[in-house]
Amino acid sequence: MLDIRRIPIAALIGIVLTTLFVLAAVFAPWIAPHGNAEIVSDVPWEPMSSVHWLGTDNLGRDLLSRMIYGARITLFIAVLATALSFSLGAILGFSAAVFGGWFDTILSRLVDLLMSIPTLIMGLVVLSVLPSNLVTLILVMGILDSTRVYRLSRAVAVDINVMDYVEAAKLRGEGSGWIIFREILPNALSPLVSELGLRFIYAVLFLSTLSFLGLGVQPPDADWGGMVKENKDGIVFGIPAALIPAAAIAALAISVNLVADWVLNRTTSLKGGRG
Amino acid sequence: MADNKAKSGQAKSGRLLDIRNLRIEATVYPPGEPPRTITLVHDVSLTLEKGKVLGLIGESGAGKSTIGLSSMGYGRGGVRITGGEVILNGRDILKGGKEGLRKLRGREVCYVAQSAAAAFNPAHRLMDQVVEATLLHGTATRAEAEKRAVALFKKLSLPNPETIGERFPHQVSGGQLQRVMTAMALCSEPDLIVFDEPTTALDVTTQIDVLAAIKDAIRDTHVAALYITHDLAVVAQVSDEIVVLRHGRLVEWGGTRQIIKEPRQEYTNALVSVHEIEHQEQQPGTAPMLSVKNVTAAYGGGHVKVLKNVSVDIFPGQTLAVVGESGSGKSTLARAITGLLPPEQGSVVFDGRTLGNRLADRPKEDLRQLQMIYQMADVAMNPRQTVGTIIGRPLEFYFGMRGRERDKRVAELLDEIEMGKGFIDRYPAELSGGQKQRVCIARSLAAKPKLIICDEVTSALDPLVAHGILKLLLNLQQVEKVAYLFITHDLATVKSIADSIAVMYRGEVVRYGSKSKVLTPPFDAYTDLLLSSVPEMEIGWLEKAIAGRRMESAGN
Repeated sequence: MLDIRRIPIAALIGIVLTTLFVLAAVFAPWIAPHGNAEIVSDVPWEPMSSVHWLGTDNLGRDLLSRMIYGARITLFIAVLATALSFSLGAILGFSAAVFGGWFDTILSRLVDLLMSIPTLIMGLVVLSVLPSNLVTLILVMGILDSTRVYRLSRAVAVDINVMDYVEAAKLRGEGSGWIIFREILPNALSPLVSELGLRFIYAVLFLSTLSFLGLGVQPPDADWGGMVKENKDGIVFGIPAALIPAAAIAALAISVNLVADWVLNRTTSLKGGRG
Repeated sequence: MADNKAKSGQAKSGRLLDIRNLRIEATVYPPGEPPRTITLVHDVSLTLEKGKVLGLIGESGAGKSTIGLSSMGYGRGGVRITGGEVILNGRDILKGGKEGLRKLRGREVCYVAQSAAAAFNPAHRLMDQVVEATLLHGTATRAEAEKRAVALFKKLSLPNPETIGERFPHQVSGGQLQRVMTAMALCSEPDLIVFDEPTTALDVTTQIDVLAAIKDAIRDTHVAALYITHDLAVVAQVSDEIVVLRHGRLVEWGGTRQIIKEPRQEYTNALVSVHEIEHQEQQPGTAPMLSVKNVTAAYGGGHVKVLKNVSVDIFPGQTLAVVGESGSGKSTLARAITGLLPPEQGSVVFDGRTLGNRLADRPKEDLRQLQMIYQMADVAMNPRQTVGTIIGRPLEFYFGMRGRERDKRVAELLDEIEMGKGFIDRYPAELSGGQKQRVCIARSLAAKPKLIICDEVTSALDPLVAHGILKLLLNLQQVEKVAYLFITHDLATVKSIADSIAVMYRGEVVRYGSKSKVLTPPFDAYTDLLLSSVPEMEIGWLEKAIAGRRMESAGN
């Protein structure tokens, strides 16, 4: 059904790049020439050479290796946080639309409350109180982001919930499970997928922000955002080490969205993507 | 020189529009095949004299709208005009380029769309939209244009012609909006107006007013018109000549009288004689299967009463038709019976037991016995589910059928609705309007119900397709012994399907009884209005009907 020749060029580029990132993340220990925390040079910020392709960082660690390990941490956290925010936000949003009444009111006001506090401030407060580990990080990011997904999916589902086919399902006596997952979800997928691409990148950026502020991934591990922070002082001396993780974030953002756009195009078709 | 020649030729014949060998194509993307080009209109030629009305009639897909829009050089939705000439006022508008079209549209040719409600911008006042084209073309100052618009509002007998322009589209009724749209088209004093099914979406009682208003306006302003519709009885009232189209080809072209009295082609004959289905009325049985007892229902927490003390009975295997115009509460009656809108007072008795008021209070078995078919088949089916899932789900849900057993039954049901097995994997978007409604019928039949509520099931369909659906419903009633509650505003449908009739007006049943009793004089004023508003295929019917009626329609 999926014909590789029919995939547009932009989507192909996106798929190839995203796959590369994922492969690097998965096989990091086997690909990386050096260890994550291994100091290979006495001089910080060694320039690019045949030994160290991307040079070394502020502590003289191999930047390429750290980039590869960083991909692992960045993607792992961002993927899990996005997955959490989407399952939580979408299910609650759809339920609010279907059940309505007090369930909807309480949940929506709660979300409003959460959203009224700037995400970053909220994240900073919560993370500085809670123990700093991966689980809390993912939970905090996922829950904060799920408020946005909730708003979107509720809005979309409210429109779908009044369609005749949903009414027909209710008349048939279907339970809310069928209505949410079989009637509403497939029809809400397009806006959700487009939001997914965007939200994933926000998760990467948010993680970078947190790490930059010292509340995200703790050293010696580092995600790409943390690596920008570690190497930012080098910029003053004309050393590009900070720009490399920044570029990686940008490339990931673009490639993931190229894929999301293409998936979006396919899911909007009402003829099963055959047209 | 050529221009001069054309002008003098035009002056002699008084010819306004001359379409020659028009060919219109579009690219389609069929499932699993490479895209290909199909021809929608095959070398159609027609002419229209100044001040005359030409009716274009045919089923959906006949190309009537496509041809109508080509007179403004417009192709809707990727449709391309690939051949022929469209000569308006002596020049070929297809050669004028974008600039030429811009000067033409809204000045020489104007358009009246089917759904005025969808065609008006809800964010602007009516007056601003009515005079927009006139101002953009600079043919009049704002004051002049508004004066002209008010005069047109008067001519189209709109209420408060001086002030109606200050309203927003949602503040006037559907019939009024359609007339405002006609005023909009007339405001820039064009030579030609394209009416694209202007009354199809309206109630019969409203349709007659709009039709009369349009007819008067055409007569008084001497504008020429292309009148597109699938209703031959309607087009017979307004047009001088009729063109019958089918599959993008011209079938027959002649004077209105000749087309409806002496059709020369077989297809025209089929269109002319489409409405009659012989249906023998059944006598009501002894025990009703479903009784609606003194039901009162309201929206908005009891503030807006839409059903007032309604009582009707449905007998096993028979059809009760509920007739009335929009807002008469007939769909609300269906919602009260199904439990979607719990009645405030009264009860619904089914098979001797009182049904729960709310949907949630009813056991699965009660839900199975009562099925519903909707007016708009396209929104009544989940666009992401295949026909197999849509029909198969009730089988799974009510009877626990799975796998091959289910597929076999789905195939049987598809057979019953006269569609082949090949449709099982199709999505609703890949079906035609009639096929969609058939799938909805199969879905409700799959539950093996005792009663099916049909809510305006044929209103959105072409006459020939609707005819097929009605026949199918009658056949299925014979086979499955199912009863119908048939909601409609179309009395022709009622005559061909009902055993008993309830006429509703403003939430009350004003006339109720067996078909023969209800349709026999003497009539009450409202039933008389309904009956006299059904267009008849007779020249001069419109004037007679307007003169002869006893009350104004509510949609006015």
